[in-house]
Formats: sequence, C-alpha cells, structure tokens
Amino acid sequence: MLSRYNRVDFRRFFYIISPMSYFLQQLINGLQLGFVYALIALGYTMVYGIVRLINFAHGDVFMVGAYFGFYALALYHLPFPLALLFAMVGCAILGITIERLAYRPLRNAPRISALITAMGVSLFLEYFSSLKFVFGPNYLAYPRPFEVCTYQIGSVCISNIQILVFGVAIILLILLQFIVQKTKIGMAMRAVSYDKDTAKLMGINVDFIISFTFGIGSALAGAGGVLYGIAYPQIHPFMGIMPGLKAFVAAVLGGIGSIPGAMIGALIMGVVETMCSAYISSTMRDAFAFSILIIVLLVKPTGILGKRETEKV
Amino acid sequence: MTNKFLINKSKMQKISDKKLISFVIIITIFILTTALISSGFLNPYWIQIIQFALIITISALGLNLIYGYTGQFSLGHAAFYGIGAYSSALITKTLHNWGFFSFIIGLITAIIIVGIIALFIGLPILRLKSDYLGIATLGFGIIVKVLFDNADAVIPGLGGSRGMLGIPRFTVFPLTYLFFIIAIVVIRNFVYSDIGRSCISIREDDIAADCVGVNTTKYKTIGFVFGSIFAGVAGVLYAHLYSFLHPSNFDFLKSIDVLLIVVLGGLGSISGTIIAAIAWTFLLEGLRVVLPSQILDWRLVIYPLVLIIIMLIKPMGIGSGMEFGFLKPDDNEISKKDLKQV
Repeated sequence: MLSRYNRVDFRRFFYIISPMSYFLQQLINGLQLGFVYALIALGYTMVYGIVRLINFAHGDVFMVGAYFGFYALALYHLPFPLALLFAMVGCAILGITIERLAYRPLRNAPRISALITAMGVSLFLEYFSSLKFVFGPNYLAYPRPFEVCTYQIGSVCISNIQILVFGVAIILLILLQFIVQKTKIGMAMRAVSYDKDTAKLMGINVDFIISFTFGIGSALAGAGGVLYGIAYPQIHPFMGIMPGLKAFVAAVLGGIGSIPGAMIGALIMGVVETMCSAYISSTMRDAFAFSILIIVLLVKPTGILGKRETEKV
Repeated sequence: MTNKFLINKSKMQKISDKKLISFVIIITIFILTTALISSGFLNPYWIQIIQFALIITISALGLNLIYGYTGQFSLGHAAFYGIGAYSSALITKTLHNWGFFSFIIGLITAIIIVGIIALFIGLPILRLKSDYLGIATLGFGIIVKVLFDNADAVIPGLGGSRGMLGIPRFTVFPLTYLFFIIAIVVIRNFVYSDIGRSCISIREDDIAADCVGVNTTKYKTIGFVFGSIFAGVAGVLYAHLYSFLHPSNFDFLKSIDVLLIVVLGGLGSISGTIIAAIAWTFLLEGLRVVLPSQILDWRLVIYPLVLIIIMLIKPMGIGSGMEFGFLKPDDNEISKKDLKQV
C-alpha cells in the first residue's frame, strides 16, 4: 500500500513541472528500458533466425550476465568496461555450452521437444543459481561503477547511468550490425539462416556458425544484464524471467528473425511499458505487454519487419 | 453353432473381468487410504499431500488432453486452474451459510466460467501453430495472473495481491478421490470416442487430418475447452483444500510444473500422467519433511536436469503409448465402433 501512495506523490511531483516534460521524461526512461530489452531481444531473434528455436534460457543467460558483472564490479573492483567484457565473454561461453550440450542433439527433433528442453535449461539455470554456493537465493544490491549525477536538458532530467546505457547499447548494436552485414562470418550467418542445407553445400561449417550465433547472442544478453543491474540496481536468480519474456515479445513484435525489427520492437516495448506504468497502472504493465504479444500474433504473426513463411505440406 | 457361442461367452467373460478388476482396484485403494487416515497413521500434512497429488493429477490429465492427445502446446494451464479456484472460492465465500450446497454451485459456476473463457481464448488462439501457440498461451497465463493481482480493485472479495482468505474447507479425501476417478473415466472415454480420435489425428498431422475431412478448428477447440475444464475443477478442489489463494500460486512456473508432469509421464498416456503426477508431488512436497534443507535445494536443480535428459533420450516422454490394461478399450468395443462408422 505504501508504495502505491508513493507512486501517486511522485507523479504529482512531475505534473507540477509540466505534463509535456513528464511525458518526455517517461520517454527517456522507456528508451532506457527498451535498449536493455533490445540487447536481449537480439539474441532471441538471431537464434530463432538460424535454428528456429525459442531459446527460453536466454533470459537466464541475461541473469547470469548480471551476476558476472556484479562479481567483477563488487569483488574484483574491475573498471566498468572490463566488467562488461568479463560478463560478455562469460555469457558467450555459457551460451555456446548450452547449445552444444542441450540443443545440438535435438536439432532434427520436433520443435516442441527443443522448446521444452530450453525450458528445462532455463529452470536449471534459475534453481542452480539460487543454490547457496553459486549465487545464492537472495536479492543483491548492484554496485554502481561511478556516482550517479543527473543533467538538466531543458525541462528533462537525464542521468549519467541512462547515458551509459544508451551509449553502450548503441555501440553494441552498431557492432552487431557490422558483424552481420560486412564480415565474412556474418555473411555465413545470413546464409545459414536462409537455407541450412545449401549453406552446408557451399562449404560453410554450419555447426560452427550456430555456436557463433549463440555466443554473440549470449554476449549481448550478458551486456544487457550488466546494464540492467546498473540501471535498476537489484539482482536475484529469477530476475531473468520477465525481461526475457518481454524481450521475446519485442522480438515477435519486430518480426522474429529480423535484427532491425528486434531493435524497433524492443524500443516500442520499453516505451509502452514505461508509459503504461506512468499513466495507467504500474501493476498492470505486464498485462499490457503480453496483450501486445497476443494481438500481434493474431493480427500479424510475422511482426513489423518479418518475412512471411510459406506453409509446406 | 455351439463353438461360436462359446467364443462369445469367453469374450464377455473377459470384459466383465476387466471392469471388475478396475472396480476392485478403485475400491481397494479407497478403503486402504481411508483406513490409514482414520487410524491416524497419516497425519493431516500427509493427507493434504495425498489430496494435492490427486488434484495435480486432474489438472495434468487436462493438459495431457490438450497437448498429449490433441497436440496443442499450452503454457497457460495454470490460468484456468486459477480461474476455477478463484471463481468457485468467491461463490462459496459469499454463500457460506448454504453449506455444501454452495460448493456444488461454486463447482458448476467454475466449470461454466472456465469453459466459456477457454472457448473465447481458444477459438482465435488455436489458429497458431506449435511454439507460437505456446507463447500466446503463456502470454494469456501472465495476463490472467496480473489480473488476479489487481482483482481487488474490482471485486474486493478476491483479495488481489494480498491473497484470498477464509475459503471454507470442503475438500476431503473421499471427494477428491471421487473427482480423481471421474476425471480418469471421463478422459479415457473421451480419448477413445470419435471426438478423441479426431483429436489424435490432429496431433499426428493437422494438415492431413484437415484433408480427410476432420474439422480441425472444432476438435482443437473441444480438446482445449475440455482440458481447461479439468484444470478448472482441479482449481476448485485446490481452493477448498488450502482455504487460501494467492496469485503466485497460478503463475507461469505452475503451468510449467504441469507441463513437466505430462511430458515426464508420456504424451498421450493416462497411466503415465497419473504416475508422474503422484510421484512428482511426493518427491517435491513429501521430501520436504524427510530431507535436510541443503539437499532440499537440489531437488529443483535435479528436476529440470531429468527433464532435459528425458527430452534428449525420449522426446515423447517415458510412458508415451503405454497404458494400464484396464484403461484400454476392449477389442470388440473398438470393432463395434469401427463398424458403426463404416
């Protein structure tokens, strides 16, 4: 009850400033959330594009990334870029291991079997992480790598944390776009996602490309985890479920399999969610997020930028 | 002439044997458990666990109908479980002066509400295929959970995120057992009926089923609604067993629990689901008393590992296609039905 009254007071505080700047402020908060979702959604969309699998464990890779960042920052006192790199590399290794052990043997099995396996991996990561000698079941406060300060631009406040989230996310997204579009391995990834068998005939090592995709996707999720931890400074072993599911919704919204689509979808999701909690009800925001999912699936299952697949008998 | 008569007689003898055996098994288990309860050998905690195991079985049988027999992947099962629980609990709480009669009204209302919601959700959503359907039902499950969380804004009696208290306790062992038996009989008869065969044909290949004239939308929806009603009935029993409801009892992880039971027991196997559900409850809940807490944390780690290994070895589940003898239809029962259809 207490938090509900606090929220109302907070809103009134912003309304005193002006409704317009309140809106812009929420837009910035929404974009912050959206960029974190984008980093997760890219992993979903790339993996789905290549192996047609909804990698449910992806949200938990994100959680593990947040914990890696936590240990790098809090225990080893690494500077932020190194901590980010540590989390990304750790998650990449984790993602490749999951693919190798759990998904590769099921590559030709029915899609549902692979999906249930992915759920099993997800539950395993959650409960294994909550064991006492791993990460522990408790909530942890995330260390901030530097003091928080806010800058006033016009009537809108923007914190250095938000600038950091925007900056890192945009750099990583540009890097990803470069890898996929301009490098040889990116061309191989596109070829495998277009047609696995033909790609194999052209001499592409399909297994390696799939592992590489899982690695890149998981590294992005790891970076997302660190940024999420810094922006919303509290982590626990089950934190990956909701952002993971919402990032998946974002990937579906943008058109699953499409990288720019995942970015657009994630930004829309972040903004819609923040606006919903600002103007309608913060407890109802999950319901709105998933209503979007169901509506998109029913009206335009291919999403905003997705390609239509023909049904073969 | 005499020969033919003899064969017929021996066949008839066999049928009645089968029915007799299943009847004897049902009664024996009931008498044994009741004797154990009334003799005080089982404390109330264990009685509750036994009832919970039967309730989970009813819910899992429903999901087996949706996913195991009709092949429609649903991750929103806990939503229907919750809708059944909340709607009946609201009625028994408001009509608390009416005694057991209020439970019957609550049960009927819950079945109707769950059926209608399943119909309206199922009709549009069941157009989707495999994993997309799973994601859509998962979204539905989360929406329902959020609505439970905020339900006290509309109906204060539902309690919202503070939970719903003071539901009368009507669920006793004989009642749960009765529903358990009814659920098994209904699902067994459903599966071996014309409707059940259509559902199985959709699972095997929905395009082929469509081509031979099975109305796929109709039978998918029938399977989905029936399965959801099972979940709803389980929810009704659950609400009146613990007399406390909280939205977190019906979240996404609870849907996955039921899915795991169905998958472990084997898709399209009634006996497998029953064994898996009871074993699962006793391993998860029962071991809480026996094991020290350090090992206890591990059970939730081992459980998904078992799931992954089973998926890697047997993607259709352990007991898939296997069935207890008394749950199978008799040979001449099938041939009679086939003749009628021809």
